[in-house]
Amino acid sequence: MTKISLELGSGGRLMRDFIAGKIVTLFGDPLLRELGDAAHLPGGIAFTTDSYVVDPLFFPGGDIGSLAVNGTVNDLVVSGAEPRFLSLALILEEGLDSDVLDRVLRSIRGAAKTAGVRVVTGDTKVVRRGQGDKIYINTAGVGRSIARPRPAKIRRGDKIILTGALGDHSLAVMLARGDFGLRSNVRSDCAALLLLLPLWRKGALWMRDVTRGGLATVLFELAERLPYPLLIEEDSIPLSRPVQAASELLGIDPLYMACEGKAVVIAPKAQAGAFLRRLRGHPLGRQAAVIGEVQDEVGRPGELLLRTTAGGLRLLEPLTSELLPRIC
Amino acid sequence: MCLAIPAKITRIDESGQGTASYIGSEVKVNLSLVPQVKRGDWVIIHAGFAISVMNAKEARATLRLFKELAEASQDEGA
Amino acid sequence: MKELRDPAALRRLLGEIEEKVRGIGRAPRLMEVCGTHTMALFKSGLTPLLAGAGVEMVSGPGCPVCITPNGIHEAAITILTRIEDVTLAAFGDMTRVPTRKGSLQTAIPARGSRLRIVYSPEEALDEARRDPARPVVFFGAGFETTIPAIAFTVRRAAGEGLRNYSVLPALWLVPPALRAILEGGEVAVDGFIYPGHVSAVIGVEPYEFIAREFAVPGAVAGFEPGDILLAIRSVLEQMAEGKPRVALEYSRAIGRAGNPVARALMAEIFEPFDASWRGLGRIPGSGLRFKDAFAGFEAGPRFGLETSGPDRDLPGCRCGEVLRGVIRPEGCRLFGKKCLPDSPLGPCMVSYEGACLIHFKYGPARRARA
Repeated sequence: MTKISLELGSGGRLMRDFIAGKIVTLFGDPLLRELGDAAHLPGGIAFTTDSYVVDPLFFPGGDIGSLAVNGTVNDLVVSGAEPRFLSLALILEEGLDSDVLDRVLRSIRGAAKTAGVRVVTGDTKVVRRGQGDKIYINTAGVGRSIARPRPAKIRRGDKIILTGALGDHSLAVMLARGDFGLRSNVRSDCAALLLLLPLWRKGALWMRDVTRGGLATVLFELAERLPYPLLIEEDSIPLSRPVQAASELLGIDPLYMACEGKAVVIAPKAQAGAFLRRLRGHPLGRQAAVIGEVQDEVGRPGELLLRTTAGGLRLLEPLTSELLPRIC
Repeated sequence: MCLAIPAKITRIDESGQGTASYIGSEVKVNLSLVPQVKRGDWVIIHAGFAISVMNAKEARATLRLFKELAEASQDEGA
Repeated sequence: MKELRDPAALRRLLGEIEEKVRGIGRAPRLMEVCGTHTMALFKSGLTPLLAGAGVEMVSGPGCPVCITPNGIHEAAITILTRIEDVTLAAFGDMTRVPTRKGSLQTAIPARGSRLRIVYSPEEALDEARRDPARPVVFFGAGFETTIPAIAFTVRRAAGEGLRNYSVLPALWLVPPALRAILEGGEVAVDGFIYPGHVSAVIGVEPYEFIAREFAVPGAVAGFEPGDILLAIRSVLEQMAEGKPRVALEYSRAIGRAGNPVARALMAEIFEPFDASWRGLGRIPGSGLRFKDAFAGFEAGPRFGLETSGPDRDLPGCRCGEVLRGVIRPEGCRLFGKKCLPDSPLGPCMVSYEGACLIHFKYGPARRARA
């Protein structure tokens, strides 16, 4: 490919190939090669970064500011680190309303406080009108390493736990862009997932926040590297009522809808019950559920399977393109 | 080509625009294609338009049929 | 309606289907016409269960994304990229089809222009009402389920004097396409699963020629897993009895007569013509075009664009043959190699109901052992 296409940023195969093929190869760094959500540096520090580009800037339940804090905080949490500090880089488009910027900054401040992180350094740039979509934000996060994900220790019988209902963020943003004749009280679930940190000390093996690409994409990426197939049960997956309604009406699959405050956790079999109790005791984890397990009775290694409500089996693939309302 | 959902009409305003309730969310429905529709009817909604009014009697019969199928299945220990 | 997804009930129906297949003595091949049925089968995981019961399902051409020729997609792209200050409204499914000019999603709009994804044609009409000075073109694609809604917007625009509204039509009719498939003789099909929501508009009568002239059984089906299995059971019964007809297995939602109001509206704005389908070529009476009285609302002439012309599939794409059921996706050299879901070379790999996409995600090579 000679020109960069939009597809490259979609999170799909093209992007994964680009990162694995070009970036990792070019830099040849052993830490980079691990491609974790955060890198654990010598000295017990974990380090991550993410950039935020969202339209519209504000939506029920959140905005680009709270996303920029919680997204990076969550990358640290699911990598086994206690979030501590953030950098904040702003790229602002000429002509942006100062009120809008103030709102975003206050939101960042509030989210950082809730997440227990300090914004300690940053940068501001302004680009010409038309050369940036109102606001772009990059945050880098630094945390204290408390554990490491250990996918190599995942065994048959280990359980897949989902911390709550899928798709609220994706639907909130979609409806904020165009209401599609659907009125709902859905709110983005954007939140810092600090409730996961104690699970590391209790033996959690692997975690990932369910962001772009949705549950199916996140679990597929794990399944690819395991010697056992993953099987999840459609009936056990929590969905909020607005997401249920919208998914049937607009034809979008909740398994691929992004969240910003939900995670999957692989729990050792013996710990699953305890993990679930802990999660459910927290406001952000009330709907936590075991949705599946690592097994080898059905499917082949490398596969992610869904047992459907109807009793059938379906292979799940990662998301390949943007979710759009359908008529078919 | 056929993505559509069954929903109950909860409101019809003076201009004839309908509102339906679907799993707790409110859906705007154009009722021009089903002039015979009344509040409380169930309709099939496709692309924002009601294309058909549902038959309550037949719906009940279908549900009964499936309950029986499920019971028959359990009886044979399937 | 979760009773229609109850696994125990479905198991029972599958058992009855398996029995009927044994009674028939060979593996029947049924065509589900409608892309939404293909999708429902896939999502519910029914396809392998049906194969296990001895029933092979073949996808029909009921996918507007797939059968709309690239010429029309390219016209939409031209409007978006060359005309300034216009809003092009389209259904989501239509916007990712790859053409020689890219797709609507990847196209860079002309100055002041934008693409707006809509769920209802009425949203496009509302857009036109919002700013009567700004042209809104609705890329109106669909079968009889959707055409009345599109016709409604044209009638309203005419009534309200909304001169900025226009429609780029890609309107397709199901029964003529089924006749073409049967007359073409390329695919041997033992029975049809007819599209329930198309039938909500056209009723049951338009399929009767299939039972009468071709002696092929069929049943109109709803979209829950239970609905589809009921319809398949009915078709197998017809096969066993040797009495092909058009059974209605969706009577909670539709009547045999369909929706006369919707049909009248379609007939007011549009008239049939011999349309060219991707893969199936020219089929008599298979498309709808604007009647003269409303021709002013057609986008092509308004913007001076040609929408017909020779098929302009991307080189090597054999989507047409896949749509006719002549080859399976695996028979195309590009399938799974150059043509992939993230880099599709044809609509059958783009559309959620495209056979190629479904085979890629769920084809024989990757079928899970149940």
